[in-house]
Amino acid sequence: MNQSSIIETDRQHAQTILYQMLLIRRFEEKSAELYSLGKIRGFLHLYIGEEAVAVGAIPALTSDDSIVSTYREHGHALVRGIPAGAVMAEMFGKTNGCSRGRGGSMHLFDVTRRFYGGNAIVAGGLPLAVGLALADKLQGRDRVTLCLFGDGAVAEGAFHESLNLAALWMLPVLFLCENNLYAMGTRIDRHQSRPEVHVKAASYGISAAFVDGMDVLAVEQAARSAVQSVRSEGRPFLLEAKTYRFRAHSMYDAELYRSKKEVEEWKRRDAIDLFVGRAREQGWVSDDDLRSLESRIAAEIAESVSFAESGAWEPLEDLTKDVYTPVVRPIKTSASPPRPVAETFK
Amino acid sequence: MIKATYREAVRAGLREALHSDPRVFLMGEDVGKYGGSYACSKGLLEEFGPERIRDTPLSESTFVGAGIGSAIGGMRPVVEIMTVNFSLLALDQIVNNAATLRHMSGGQISVPLVVRMATGGGRQLAAQHSHSLEVWYAHVPGIKVVAPATVTDARFMLGLALREPDPVFIFEHALLYPMEGDLGEIADAADLEHAAIRRAGKDVTLVTYGGSLHRSLEAAENLAIRGIDVDVIDLRSLRPIDMPTVLESVAKTHRAVIVDEGWRTCSLAAEISAQIMEGAFYELDAPVARVCSREVPMPYAKHLEDAALPNVERIVKAVEEMVTHHG
Repeated sequence: MNQSSIIETDRQHAQTILYQMLLIRRFEEKSAELYSLGKIRGFLHLYIGEEAVAVGAIPALTSDDSIVSTYREHGHALVRGIPAGAVMAEMFGKTNGCSRGRGGSMHLFDVTRRFYGGNAIVAGGLPLAVGLALADKLQGRDRVTLCLFGDGAVAEGAFHESLNLAALWMLPVLFLCENNLYAMGTRIDRHQSRPEVHVKAASYGISAAFVDGMDVLAVEQAARSAVQSVRSEGRPFLLEAKTYRFRAHSMYDAELYRSKKEVEEWKRRDAIDLFVGRAREQGWVSDDDLRSLESRIAAEIAESVSFAESGAWEPLEDLTKDVYTPVVRPIKTSASPPRPVAETFK
Repeated sequence: MIKATYREAVRAGLREALHSDPRVFLMGEDVGKYGGSYACSKGLLEEFGPERIRDTPLSESTFVGAGIGSAIGGMRPVVEIMTVNFSLLALDQIVNNAATLRHMSGGQISVPLVVRMATGGGRQLAAQHSHSLEVWYAHVPGIKVVAPATVTDARFMLGLALREPDPVFIFEHALLYPMEGDLGEIADAADLEHAAIRRAGKDVTLVTYGGSLHRSLEAAENLAIRGIDVDVIDLRSLRPIDMPTVLESVAKTHRAVIVDEGWRTCSLAAEISAQIMEGAFYELDAPVARVCSREVPMPYAKHLEDAALPNVERIVKAVEEMVTHHG
């Protein structure tokens, strides 16, 4: 490649990264607004502040790899390619949502993109990821399962059990801890005897790395290398990305557990601002590019809202649909005929 | 007819499943080298190898969750949990994932998982190894619950469960493993959804399942000597419950006694009683009666444990009282 094509590649890559980070940010800002209007209900856990982790890490996967996610997963879903409209419609509770309105914000699923859901039990997704990887290994498939979780999950038994089993059975799972420093309102040094998450991998013989989750290019590099390690070694890897949630835990919380000053300090390290600064410096984006990205994103979000608005409500007759998988069974009209029972039970 | 023990029947079911479908594998605590804590999987490690007969760490939550994940990933896992009391460590995965994933994903996912576990008391194993908690599972939409009570059902229910696209929980009463009985054909096991009438009678309906079936049959024979002819229904499936068969019997006998090793409060017996009232109230000549475990964590001492569990005498007494007072 000559110099100009390298620059062009960098430029396109930078614009993709910016587009994805800004899409998540604006999509969630809109979601918060729609929550206030009552269009979205239930719990709404915003990812704002943590965008660099999803945008850096998820593209390191191929479309054949699998993802198991958490209840703060709008960003993960969007980066994986679930259309914004399908995510928005899900939060509206409509049938054109990615889980047909049965899941809501915390349970986004898209099996065609191998996105195995927002799991709203902290650490509940880790054993599932281990199982997906086991199925891949037993069937000789060259897949990686990316398992996302927060620092809160590290206190759960399932975290330790899952790391142990994945290491013991040599399963291709990339455990990615999005350490936003708080398990809901409990800061990590108040719930972990040793707050560095990545060091815990050593006791399971798992390779691990730590990355600044506010630096999207660093996350990208760390994730690529971690995915490569999992794929080539056929063993799990633990990557810890230190990040920060700018908004409340869910839509409303008094944030008594952290100071405004702390939040402001982290906002000065906003991953989007940092990356915009760097991209401008490198000549990857111009002000015009930014304006056009913003207007493209605004249009996409407006479209996602109309898609959600236009969606149908599931008819009440279908309330109990999809509790069980439909199967065709032979019709049997009466119970088995009386049979003598010779069992000698005492 | 061939004679077999319940344990041999379970093992034959496992062997057949492993032979007939390469996606089937067994995992659980001590299922491999140890041969299974009840010896159900003895010899399978040697026959099928460590990829398919997998000893797990004592991590119920994670190996059940891994079963769910591998089922989603295209395998047909059979997960063995040593006893129902230990399954509580995996309740999160069972209730929050296995039972919900299909609905919560809008029908995108099926979880063809089979979980087997031992249940029930009677072996002086005290309050952490003896309970009958299958009703907790039968409470949950999204899963199926079965309780093979005969050698034939022990032999064939696993294969039937593996054909289901959704999670199936198989409860094996631990006292049944050494029981010997006639091994029937798969047609005798029929399906996972229907109850079976194990003894036909006209005076009283005894509804039961699992380990209590045999106590109920023995009680029925005692009662026959006293001139009371009892219909004994083996539910086989605890979710869904085959109420048409129960109601048909009640329409014939007009009296029902439910024998259930679970604690009485909020029991399967309570559910069946309620459904009989809803579906056959005007058929009843007497209030529905229940013979359940006494409301106590299972004590160790034998005489106390015996007194806590449903037994033949208590069943006979309940039926006799019903016939005497509501003849």
